[in-house]
Order: sequence, then structure tokens, then C-alpha cells
Amino acid sequence: MAGLGFACLLLALAVCVYGIAASVYGVRSGRVEFSDSGRRAVYALAVILTVAFTVLEVAFVSNDFSFNTVADTSSRTTPMLYRAAAVWSSQEGSLLLWAWLLSLWSTLALFLTRSRMRDIAAYATAILLGFGGFFVALMVFYANPFATTRPAPAEGAGLDPLLRFPTMVIHPPMLYSGYTLCTIPLAFGMGALLARRVDADWIKAIRRFAFAAWLFLGIGILLGARWSYSELGWGGYWGWDAVENASLMPWLTGTAFLHSLMIQEKRGMLKVWNVSLVLATGTLAIMGTFLVRSGILNSIHAFGGATLGVPFVVLIAVLIAASIYLVVSRRDMLRSDHRLDSLLSRESAFMANNVVLVSLCFVIFWGTYFPLISEALTGHEASVGPPWFDRYTVPLALILVLLSGIGPVIAWRRATLANARRNLLAPTALALATLAVLLGSGIDRKPFAIAMFCCGAFVFGSIGQEFVRGVRARRAMAAESPLRALVSLVSRNRRRYGGYVVHLGIAVLFIGVAASSSFQHASELSLSPGQSTRVGAYTVRYVRPTATITPRYDEAHTGSTLGLGALLDVSRNGRQVATLNPSEGFYASQEASQGSVGSLIGGQPVSHVSMDAGITRDIWSAVAPDIETPSLKRIVSVGNSTLSPEEALVAIAYLARAYLRHPPPAQFHFIVSPLVMWIWIGGLIVFGGGLIAIWPAPSSVRRRVAARSRARSVRGLARA
Amino acid sequence: MSPARKRSVRLVVALSAAVVLASALVYTSFSAASPALSPSQLARQAQPGRSYQVTGTVMQGSVRREGEVLYFSVEDRAGGTSIPVSYTGTVPDPFREGREVIVTVQKQGSSYVGERDSLITKCPSKYTTAPPSEKQNY
Repeated sequence: MAGLGFACLLLALAVCVYGIAASVYGVRSGRVEFSDSGRRAVYALAVILTVAFTVLEVAFVSNDFSFNTVADTSSRTTPMLYRAAAVWSSQEGSLLLWAWLLSLWSTLALFLTRSRMRDIAAYATAILLGFGGFFVALMVFYANPFATTRPAPAEGAGLDPLLRFPTMVIHPPMLYSGYTLCTIPLAFGMGALLARRVDADWIKAIRRFAFAAWLFLGIGILLGARWSYSELGWGGYWGWDAVENASLMPWLTGTAFLHSLMIQEKRGMLKVWNVSLVLATGTLAIMGTFLVRSGILNSIHAFGGATLGVPFVVLIAVLIAASIYLVVSRRDMLRSDHRLDSLLSRESAFMANNVVLVSLCFVIFWGTYFPLISEALTGHEASVGPPWFDRYTVPLALILVLLSGIGPVIAWRRATLANARRNLLAPTALALATLAVLLGSGIDRKPFAIAMFCCGAFVFGSIGQEFVRGVRARRAMAAESPLRALVSLVSRNRRRYGGYVVHLGIAVLFIGVAASSSFQHASELSLSPGQSTRVGAYTVRYVRPTATITPRYDEAHTGSTLGLGALLDVSRNGRQVATLNPSEGFYASQEASQGSVGSLIGGQPVSHVSMDAGITRDIWSAVAPDIETPSLKRIVSVGNSTLSPEEALVAIAYLARAYLRHPPPAQFHFIVSPLVMWIWIGGLIVFGGGLIAIWPAPSSVRRRVAARSRARSVRGLARA
Repeated sequence: MSPARKRSVRLVVALSAAVVLASALVYTSFSAASPALSPSQLARQAQPGRSYQVTGTVMQGSVRREGEVLYFSVEDRAGGTSIPVSYTGTVPDPFREGREVIVTVQKQGSSYVGERDSLITKCPSKYTTAPPSEKQNY
């Protein structure tokens, strides 16, 4: 089977090379059959990589440990779901996932444009196959997912316990879909520049892909944040870690592009800017992959193995050089058709939003790559921490949220003062009322959080007003019930109202972020059973310790041999609010030097967070039990010297009982943060709005059908 | 003022604002940054009151907890010099003796105080292929 997989990779590489040559020759010589053949090479690539991915997936699911990647990242004790997801936990497997997703998305994009923009699409085909070929070549020459060892080991190392969470199944594919989708606008943008056809056609063709890239990347980022918050024993959702930042940067430039492309569609302006944003977004997506895969920066995600650094640096350098060359050499074609008429217009609101988004991206870029920049400039590696990021991103985020309320209600071209007053009066009043209520209720120490609440209220006001006006106008026209009017309003203007819903969701999300980061109570301390502590308005009491033991080959469990936890009683003003049961899982290691008993629990311990999540606040808890006490250590050492590996579980059971009988003080981490749930709710609203906006409108399908039948009848008439 | 002149004035103003802001950003990043050093470099050149990001491995037998404070020593990857660190805040799950860690510290007297929640544990073996000898142990 490994042979089949590797053969697929070799074939894929050949297909990429052929496809690039065919499409470039086709477009240069004007022989359409060649560029068509190049496009079909992308379809073939998708089929071949699907086979390759299936081979690897089957190897993981069927525990074929002759595959090195399977032996390194999976095991029989790894539950089925995580075995299937372990494919992308290794460097090799994630490269394959990247190439496979790229081939699928490219196929979709090129299929949808098969009869349009032949020259642009042919260049785009070559560029997409270039990316595909790059990743396939990495696998063939540097990180072969189909490398094998004979004889096959009897058991694998198992999936890292830190990755054994349901999010592992969906977070990486989402993020990688986002990254790969970012390269499609880049390919078409470069194609348009190469073909010297830079009107709005190519933008219309890739608009939906840019939006899908933005949506997938956003979901991937949010899932990562949610994973970090609800599963890792840290309690935060964002830490300005290099890899988090790497995924946020293309998302920011992508957001900017989604706004500024409307200006190009409507007014023929900002062509240089748009094409630059598209190229930057694609390049940042590749850089994001590079950052994860090269281990060049210190990160909790640092995946080691610096072998892939050089090829990626070369690819990124080529991308940047080609982008700059193309934009500069085509600058005459990229002149704007119009000028900005007025500073009080939707164009200028969008431009302001672009400036803010790109500034945010620049700040994050600088901070993320600062260790490299500083080493290059001063010879010393140095890094900046979260406070530095916050100093710049917080004010920029405030402006951004405010603009997301102003943009939708201000007129194109030139808004009059009267018009602006009419549209901004209600939202401003709502924002001021919010300010008054907040100050009145005595919350006045966190100016940034208060400002964010007011900006959020402003957005609710302006978006709400748009919906109310739209529904009212619709009812005046069609005499429908309010709900029906709302539905038909949204379904007839999906992109517009979907976008409004996205803005609403962003405001909700930022309110959640502001509230939870500014008004959080956290406590870290050691407690013995019976003791209690106060966290914010709540009292947490450590009732008693808990313990679970899982036999090694239990499929249902995530595979930790021993779990030690605590039963916690949370009360407020003497009334019981919740019962929490955080624990820590101790996993088996493969270090035989730890002894028969010690190796059963000598792997990496992993926190299992327990929380009471609510609309107004989350109570979050994690525990780190102490198993290094002299008496517990003695059980392990006596067991090591007397028990065989088959009997070792007995000692673990004894250890668990000893722990329950005489529990040592355990280390706890409690967090009470308000409105965290609104971050996830805001994310869902954004997702819903995105789906509304991206869904093909039935009316446009009808229009296309109608246009086609009209064309047919015209042709018929001409013939007659 | 002609429209073209007005536009170029506007452009110059916008660009100079961008340059000023960018320089502020660059300046603050250099002044706020913590240099990344190894324990032996730190032992030689640390000044009290300045933050440093130290990268090294947690020394065997050095981890001890007293209430909220976690005490451990970080030594050079190759062994040798080590520095004592007292740390409060979140301890990542993979934190272990012998593991590679990154922590931001300030020198206070002869010991080093870790910045709250700045501890990162690297798990260098996580995604690299284990040598065959290790596999046979299983």
C-alpha cells in the first residue's frame, strides 16, 4: 500500500509539471486544447491525491505500523476518531492534507470558470499547479508520508494526548482549507496581471472563493481559540502566539480585500490596492504554513524539524518578487476609473477600514517576526510579548468595530451631512445611552472595555436600523407580515444583509472579548479537601478527590491510564451554583527506563478542564494533582521492582486508592470571566451571516437560466 | 488649490502620518522587547529590572512548589550553567524536568523572577521521527 501511495506522489508531481507546461504553452500560443488539458491536469491531480490521502487514512485506521508516520503518531490504544485525525498531526500527513485540499479547491475554482476568462484561468492553472507541485515535491524529497520500516513495530507511539480532543478532527482541515483557498484569489490575481486583463471580471470570478477562504480561516481560528480555552489547562483563548498570529494575518488582509473589492466593482477604483491585497493574502497564507512547518519561531505549536525552512523561504521570496514585479510592470493598466469624490462616503469608510485592517496586519507581522528582525538588525534575538500587541491592537480593534457600524449606513460617492445625520443619529444615541448606563452602574475603571461596549451598541443600532428600514420598505411595497418581509428582504439581497449579519456577529464577538479580558477574576492556589477559596463573587470548595483508571485497550476512552481529579462545589451567596469535576489524565509513555508501573503513567499529563458555561459568565477550573509525594512514589518504585508489565495496572489501582484515602494538596486554577460565551455566539452569527452571503442566490440562478434561453432564442431568430 | 495639488498634499500628509506611526511601532518594539538568551548568557550579562526571555531545559531534580510559587532551575541545552527561577501563573501541561522551556524573567538579587503566565514548554520530540532504537523499546 505504501508503494501505491508513493507512486501517487510521483505521478502527482509529473501531472503538475505537465499541467504547468501545457497551460502556459496553451495560453502563450493561443491553442486552447492545451490550456484545457492543463486544467484537466488539475482534475487529475485531485483524483490522484485523493487516492494518496485515502491510502494514508486507511493505514492509520487499520493500524498499519509499517508506515513510519502511523507508528509515530498513532497506536492501537488511540481511539478510532483520533486515529483518523492523527493523519494530520505529523509533518508529512499535514503536507499531504494541504496538497489534497489545494487540489480539491483548485478543481472547483477552475471547473466553475471553465468557459470564462480562458487566458486568466490558464495562468491561474499553472500557478495553482505550481503550489501543488511544490507541496508534492516536499513530500517526495523531504517528508515522505509513505516511508516504511520493516519489520513493522508491534505498536505505535500514539497520538499526542494534547491533541486528543474533538476539535482536532475539524480545526486543522478548516484552517488548511482557509489557507489553500487563499491561494486561489492569488492565482487568479496573478493570472489577470499576466494576461493584462485587470478589469472587474477576475474579481467577480474569485469573489466567492475569497469569501470562502475568509470564512474557513475565520472558523479555523475561532475553533483554535475555543480549543485552547475549553481543553488546555491555560484558560485563555488567545495568546499572540506566533502560529495564531500566522493564521490571523491573511484573515485580516482577506477581510480588507472583501471590502475594497466592492469599490472596484462599483466604481473601478483601487485596482492596485486590490490586486496587492490578494497577492499579500495568498503570500501570508503560505508564510503561515511555513511558520508552522519550519519551527523558525518559538511557539507552543513549534513542530520541530527545520528541514522545510529553506524550500519555503525560496517559495515565499519568489512569490514576493513576482508580486512586486507584476504590480509595478502593470501599473499603467491598474489606473483608477474614478477619483474619491468625498471623504464622507462609503468608499472612504471602506478605505479607512482597509487602512485599519492592514495596520493591524502590519503590527502583528512586526511583532510575530520581531525575533528574526531583531536578530538581523542587532545580532540579538529578542521578542515582544502580549502587552506590546495589546497596546496597538486594542485601539485599532475599537476603530474597526466603529467602522463596521458606519460603513453600512453611509451612502456611496458623496453622503450629505443631512443624510449622515439621519443614518447615524439612532446608533449614536444608543451608544451614548450605553455609556450612560455603564458609568451609572459604576463600571468606570476599564476605559477600553467601556469604549468597546459603546462601539458595539453603535453597531447594533446601525445594523438594526438598516433591517428595520428594509423591512418597513418591503412591507410598504408588498404588504407582507414583518417576518416574511424580513425573510424576503434578506433572500433578495443576500450579500448585503449577510454582510450586515457578519458585522453584527463581529460586534458581539468583540464585546465578549472586551468583557472577558477586562473583568476576569482568576486564582491559582493549592487546596486540600474541605478547603475553599473565593473567586470573584463565587466560593469554590474542594469537596473530595476523584480517580479513574482505564485499562490500556479501552477504545472508548481517550486513552489515559490514570485520571486524578477533584470534585468542586461552587456557590454564590451561600446558594449552590454548580458542581465541577476537573481532572488530569496521566498517559502511558514508551520509556522502558521508567519501569513497568512508572511507564504506565509516565507520559505526558493532560488537563481535563471542567467549567460551568453560562450566558453571563463562565466558571472555569483546572487541577494539577500531586502524584510525586513520597508515599505515592514508593508505590510506583515497589511496583516497578516486583510487577511485570501485565500486572502493572494493579499498582496503578493501588496508587489511585492511596491517593483517594490520603489526598495531598492539589494545585487549582480557577477563572470566572463574564460573557465568554458571546465570543462563540458572535462567531456563530458571523458564520451564519457568511453562509447567507456566500449562498448562491436563487434569483441569480434564474437570471442565468433566463439569459441563456434568451441567447438561444436570439440565435434561433438569427438563423431564421 | 487645484484638485491635483490637493490630492498630493493629502497623500503626503497620509504618508507622513503612516511613517510616524510605523516609527513609533518600531521604536516601542525594540524598547519593549525582551532579549532571548540562554541561561549562561543570562548569568553573565543580566541587569536587574530588565526582562529577558530565557530558553533552556528544566534541570533534573530542581522542580519544587511552595503554595502559588513554582521553583525550578533552567540550564543550558548542553548542560552547564543554570539559573534559579521562581514563577507564578499558568504551568503548561507538558512542563517536566528535562523539557525545554521558554520563560520571561527579571533578575532580583541572585535569583530570577518569572513574569506571570509567560512560561511556554516546548516539546521538541513531538513531531520528529523517533530513532528506531526507541521504537524497539516498546
